Amino acid sequence: MYVLIVGAGKVGWNLARELLDKGHEVTLIENDRDRYVTVEQELEHNVQYGDASELWVLERAGVSRADLVIAVTGDDEDNMLICQVAKEKYMVEQTIARVNNPRNKQWFELLGIAPVVSATDLILRLIEHEVPKYGLVHLLDLPRERLEIIELLLADDSPVAGRRVADLKMPEGSLLISVLRDGTGFVPNPETVLQSGDEVLAVLDPGMEEELKAYFGPDGTSSD
Amino acid sequence: MIVGAGRVGSSLARAMLRDGHTVSCLDEDPEAHARLEIGLEKPWEDVGGQFTVGTGLEIEALQAAGIERADAFVAATDGDNTNIVIAQIAKRRFKVPTVIARILDPYRAEWYEQQGLHTICPTRVAIEMLETEVKEAAAKVARG
Repeated sequence: MYVLIVGAGKVGWNLARELLDKGHEVTLIENDRDRYVTVEQELEHNVQYGDASELWVLERAGVSRADLVIAVTGDDEDNMLICQVAKEKYMVEQTIARVNNPRNKQWFELLGIAPVVSATDLILRLIEHEVPKYGLVHLLDLPRERLEIIELLLADDSPVAGRRVADLKMPEGSLLISVLRDGTGFVPNPETVLQSGDEVLAVLDPGMEEELKAYFGPDGTSSD
Repeated sequence: MIVGAGRVGSSLARAMLRDGHTVSCLDEDPEAHARLEIGLEKPWEDVGGQFTVGTGLEIEALQAAGIERADAFVAATDGDNTNIVIAQIAKRRFKVPTVIARILDPYRAEWYEQQGLHTICPTRVAIEMLETEVKEAAAKVARG
């Protein structure tokens, strides 16, 4: 696979190295001269100097035969437009963009740039997972498959605590997939009785979060 | 509404105001306000102008500057990428009827124009003018 990476910061450089190790063809584009010289000592001909916002720089790097374009510069506008041009002008099948400021995520969506990766969002989710004070954690979005996976903590007063899975009336379009109890996870069967303090994982159609949250107990705050 | 009150944005803002339109400028630099008042006898606000500090990527700033009631939106910051992104925001998200983006890079200006974005490319204008002048000079030399 031919991968074009824009931005030779920590993320771009390491990505390039990993993908090269896996045997892929990689070109990394960097527009800071000093940084380019540093990275070039290791990656040699796999790195090119230039501003990938300019079409000729992308063309010189062979954008139209790229299977994947990854834009990981520190500038959200650059990342958005590099992906937009790659997709719409050069017909690149797959792009991945980095979001630096999570508030710009809506603009990536507006321009049809997906998927996007936001380190801030990832760390926030990790915090929510490690410190389950919010009750509901959004674990994974599969926009193309139109599915979401979420985690819910059952509060002491959860209306489903003490009930068998077989007796649950899960909202249409949602499914309970696993239960985490006392540090271990298992796949529940119809006879499993839910307890307060359980963390349950559910897969659902997009936009059903609130309904599911209401069903499992509106106030899913930690019991400690 | 004009984003970017630099030399181009501020001159356009004053011209539109003189023509009797309601003008609102958005710029991330609070000092840009002073540029709007060049040649004016009274403060920008007193002559009916509006000025908001913020960037075109901040939804609150766009709204504070009145994008929801704008009839025309001009993206005239000093960054091509910013202009291309915010022009698309104005068009797609806020459905502003007339959106114009200043793009210095002629190749991208051309491509985005083909995609239906109204663009102005000062570089292309400069190239054409220079070309005409130099060709005239060359013709003079050839004539002896």
